Amino acid sequence: MLILECPYCGVKADETELHPGGEAHLTRFGPGSSDDAFESYLFMRANPKGVHFERWRHAHGCGKWFHAARCTVTLEVFGTYSAQTTEPPSDIIEKIAARRPGWAKESQA
Amino acid sequence: MKRYSAFALAREAFRNHQGWERAWRDAQPKKHYDAIIVGAGGHGLASAYYLGKNHGIRNVAIIEKGWLGGGNTGRNTTIIRSNYLQDPSAAIYEKSRSLYETLSQDLNYNIMYSPRGVMMLAQTEHEVRGYRRTAHANALQGVDTTFISPKKVKELVPIIELKGPRYPVLGALWQERAGTARHDAVAWGYARACSDMGMDVIQKCEVTGIQREGGRVTGVSTTKGDIGCNKLGIVVAGHSGHLAEMAGFRLPIESVALQALVSEPIKPCMDVVVMANTVHGYMSQSDKGEMVIGGGADGYNNYTQRGSFHHIEETVRALCETFPMISRLKMLRQWGGIVDMTGDRSPILSKTPVENVFINCGWGTGGFKAIPGSGWGFAELMAKGHSPLTEAFGLERFREGRFVDESVAAGVAH
Ligand SMILES: Cc1cc2nc3c(=O)[nH]c(=O)nc-3n(C[C@H](O)[C@H](O)[C@H](O)COP(=O)(O)OP(=O)(O)OC[C@H]3O[C@@H](n4cnc5c(N)ncnc54)[C@H](O)[C@@H]3O)c2cc1C
Ligand SMILES: [Zn+2]
Repeated sequence: MLILECPYCGVKADETELHPGGEAHLTRFGPGSSDDAFESYLFMRANPKGVHFERWRHAHGCGKWFHAARCTVTLEVFGTYSAQTTEPPSDIIEKIAARRPGWAKESQA
Repeated sequence: MKRYSAFALAREAFRNHQGWERAWRDAQPKKHYDAIIVGAGGHGLASAYYLGKNHGIRNVAIIEKGWLGGGNTGRNTTIIRSNYLQDPSAAIYEKSRSLYETLSQDLNYNIMYSPRGVMMLAQTEHEVRGYRRTAHANALQGVDTTFISPKKVKELVPIIELKGPRYPVLGALWQERAGTARHDAVAWGYARACSDMGMDVIQKCEVTGIQREGGRVTGVSTTKGDIGCNKLGIVVAGHSGHLAEMAGFRLPIESVALQALVSEPIKPCMDVVVMANTVHGYMSQSDKGEMVIGGGADGYNNYTQRGSFHHIEETVRALCETFPMISRLKMLRQWGGIVDMTGDRSPILSKTPVENVFINCGWGTGGFKAIPGSGWGFAELMAKGHSPLTEAFGLERFREGRFVDESVAAGVAH
């Protein structure tokens, strides 16, 4: 069972208390953007086999959205962090780099 | 290849079964093939089979990182039906169902197709309306389904509780010619037939890179060395995103775990397949007597081939209400598969941004039923560049907003 710590209220919640929200840090494109950018924002997903940055909501707790960095192969959780950011904070990146030597964050299309 | 027959059985019985051949050769890679298929699941093998049978392309390798049929093809609950809503879906799933009817004869391999009938329970007013609509759509598409009353449901499934406290049974969508088949046998039968046509089924060989030159594919890197090809078909279900990354493009797909479980074997008690989509549970009885149970998919990206415990609990709880007699059964095994989910819950059979690379994926929670039809259409797409069966399922449909929306009431339907 997946357990994530909500960065807002500090509760260690198991997945039944949480709601998954898919890939994090997508740049939002709207009217006026190129078709490519709009399509990519709406539909295309990294879906990596390995390190994944994703959104979760503490649905049966404080109700807030937050971010998590997790490995989709081992289910190891590298950490959770605030949703008020457009990229993972450096301490999370360092933690991942320590656990996954050679890993590099994919640049966003 | 020696054919299987009643006569062959009798002959072997008299000589201690010493004369059976290997069903397929243990092939090792050649330097170059006309076409390479990545993934020896049902869809990959069927695609290769129809490339050879319908289009005469036989210099083909099917490359599999594990063992053939070890992915979702060997992990599903084997429901075969074609009662979808949209016309393009009805076309490919009904083609598939009809190919299943004669597949054992075609492959000379018993895939144990059992057209026992599939019933989808309507347990809310919305579902009643939804399934009536599907039955009307199916009538226009030439797919044989009917909406049946609770009384008829009880006649067909005596062990059902119609007046479940939360979700009473208000009727059902019934497809009499739908059913189940032996999943491993489908993979094995196609593999045997491919090998017999001279194709190489290469197991324990992982594709680790896709080689390109000027926007066109030239071959693949694998754990058994580099292999060249003119055309490449990627047919790897949950791993599609991973392979697309190797080829340098993204897909509108997320991979999640879907689970199933089976009970201890009991005497025959239910001879149709019952699906209850409102509560995310469905059940059939295997020939061995086990109750085969499937449920909902997890909501988060996952490659672990096991799922979350609470999903099993939800599924079993719901099924116990509808089938009170199963509440005392012991569950023997539980497993998971990684399913490739698209936003409109329809598959992708398409060209890709890389020339001569084709992709067949996005079958998600419901692609076992589609194996023969998908192989038929995808082989035509790879051979000719277009196919009436796959036309609506191109990657461009997302960009153009032409979804084949099958994600009706419940996201999961097998
Ligand atoms: C629990 C469960 C229940 C289901 N129930 C039903 C049902 O009742 N009815 C129904 O119609 N469908 C059902 N499905 C869905 C169905 O199983 C799938 O849609 C279908 O089997 C997909 O077949 P495939 O050939 O595309 O994929 P797979 O059988 O998964 O084959 C893909 C193959 O690609 C290989 N591969 C991956 N990466 C690489 C690589 N890098 N190099 C080489 N090979 C690679 C894998 O090892 C695998 O063998 C269910 C699925 C699950 C998990
Ligand atoms: Zn919280």
